[in-house]
Amino acid sequence: MTPTAGTLPDNIVYFARALRRAGVPVGTAQILEALRAVQAVGFTNRIDFHTTLRAMIVTRAEHLQVFDQVFSMFWRDPEFLENMITNLLPVITVPPVDRPLKPAQSRAAEAMADGGGKPRQMPEQEQLDIDAQFSHSNVEKLTQKDFDAMTAAEIRAAETAIRTMWLNLPKFRGRRYGLAPNAVQIDRRIALQRARRSGGEMIHLPKRRAKPRSLNLVVLSDISGSMTSYSRMMMHFVHSMAQAQGQSWAAVHGFTFGTRLHNISPLLTLRDPDAALRAIGTHVCDWEGGTRIASSLGSFNRHWARRVLSTPSVVLLITDGLERDGIVQLEAEMARLALQTRELIWLNPLLRWDQFSPQAAGIRTMLPHVSSFVACHNLDSLQELSDGLRTGLRADHKNRLMGLLK
Amino acid sequence: MLASEGYVADRSLATLTYLSLTLNRPIFLEGEAGVGKTELAKVIAKGLGRDLIRLQCYEGLDTATSVYEWNFAAQMLAMRDGAGGEDIYDEKYLIKRALLQAVEPHASGPPVLLIDEIDRADAPFEAFLLEALSDFQVTVPELGVIKAQEPPIVILTSNRTREVHDALKRRCLYHWVDFPDFDREMEILTARVPEAKQALSLELVAFIQKLRKEDMFKRPGLAETLDWAKCLVALDVVALSPDVITDTIGAVLKYQDDIAKITGGAAARILEQIKQDMQALQ
Repeated sequence: MTPTAGTLPDNIVYFARALRRAGVPVGTAQILEALRAVQAVGFTNRIDFHTTLRAMIVTRAEHLQVFDQVFSMFWRDPEFLENMITNLLPVITVPPVDRPLKPAQSRAAEAMADGGGKPRQMPEQEQLDIDAQFSHSNVEKLTQKDFDAMTAAEIRAAETAIRTMWLNLPKFRGRRYGLAPNAVQIDRRIALQRARRSGGEMIHLPKRRAKPRSLNLVVLSDISGSMTSYSRMMMHFVHSMAQAQGQSWAAVHGFTFGTRLHNISPLLTLRDPDAALRAIGTHVCDWEGGTRIASSLGSFNRHWARRVLSTPSVVLLITDGLERDGIVQLEAEMARLALQTRELIWLNPLLRWDQFSPQAAGIRTMLPHVSSFVACHNLDSLQELSDGLRTGLRADHKNRLMGLLK
Repeated sequence: MLASEGYVADRSLATLTYLSLTLNRPIFLEGEAGVGKTELAKVIAKGLGRDLIRLQCYEGLDTATSVYEWNFAAQMLAMRDGAGGEDIYDEKYLIKRALLQAVEPHASGPPVLLIDEIDRADAPFEAFLLEALSDFQVTVPELGVIKAQEPPIVILTSNRTREVHDALKRRCLYHWVDFPDFDREMEILTARVPEAKQALSLELVAFIQKLRKEDMFKRPGLAETLDWAKCLVALDVVALSPDVITDTIGAVLKYQDDIAKITGGAAARILEQIKQDMQALQ
């Protein structure tokens, strides 16, 4: 099975291509380095060869599994290689596998079997013949309307309006400094440079101050059945926030939960909103199902919180809070989540009812732990959210509802 | 070399170390806390007899604390004294920090530079490291570029509290340090805590291995195993029992939720399982 030394460099290049198809980004420089590394280590031992290539090529822990699968397939069956080069055979006989394919394995097999992976089944996009440019007055009318009551065309318009929205997150004092005339602290380095120019005299004392830093934005969005009319809109909201990152917030991490928690952050980097939403749609498998808030928050706390909340963050929790089971666990998970964030803002579409009062057990449990409780059922409420984050939310229902709880 | 210093490495980590030494590439170690990432740097430095320069990262780490700083007071005095005759940007006014020290020639050969917990530093510092790590040179604007004659051995570690940028990782040899399996953990425990009795070690490692399979906030690392073994040795414990575990679990688990879960019944269950496994083996 061992390719002869003369074709080894070629094989490594083909191997890198196979990896790319399986979704592991490999640069040309990395391939060159890998070739050098293989020369240094020698091509005598399979494990060493594997380690060498892996160390040179993989840069992320989540790619390790894919790498291992592609590696074992590629260097076991050179037939794969033949097929890949010539692309003559559309179907590859994969060596008999007794156990079901692991996810990474099936991705690897897919990359081996054809040029670029099978085209996924995409849900058909609704074809709407509407004007892309909506006049201001059109949007004006829409701002009061509940997302739930909108027609398809109005939804498209609202989506366009959402894309222009802006979150005004508060800043906090960073640990890097910049020159500021009214500050107290003297910037010694600049002071010395200027003094040198003026022959050793300190004429001005330049001052410095800590530069403000942006918070991270973390969005946890409920996509269960009871949120159906809002979750799509919220996805648009999150996507447009993610695209505008670096403005008033540093990084955006997105998660969806219904019965399970999904990380959609990588998908939010796709520029085109429709492509991003489509990708999210295929990635997330529990759309419009039941909801298990407590266990989803639990798995966020366990597996993600330490990674995404390590830099100061604002967390937007989008859910109606209608949790039936696990109230005790919900309390604990909410408390833990709140401890790890600068601000935990709960966006709840149920606030569309004027007479809303916290009756449901889930809502009564969650309410004390959030820092603000705001509506998100129409464009107006979202606009208020984006305006009010820095100056204080006008439409914060938390205090009023906490009063009702007692 | 690694083994002689009491570090039990698997073959791939050993290969990686060899590669890093021959290709002059930094090693990027990622993994949970307490799996021996920092230890590798210390062991390499000791094994090769090189100096170890450690740079602990934190948010806001800047050139003044990581590379160099000018001695402003001395410069001021010199400027007033010499009335501008002497150049105040001279190396004698330079306070050298970790990265600058690392590119300087050392008597015992190029040093080992440990950049610890890079995930705690912020993006600007990461970007700064790109130059330092790819060419092993640092720039002091007033003096020019200072390049290492012999590149140092660089080891970066990350606990993955955030994703480090790919551009930085691409310049390194990446290795994910996983929890060791039973045999390796036994080997490490015997090498590091030789005073622990064989029977106790077996039980302890089996317990920790089972513990890692439970659903927890923080799975105990290798460092916790070693700590626990030392605790038990200090207490003259010969065999694990639910009481002993309750008393000493603080050495292993650091989250109240995890502790409550384990002391509240899971410990006894796991112990029972281990006893059965051991009997089955005999």
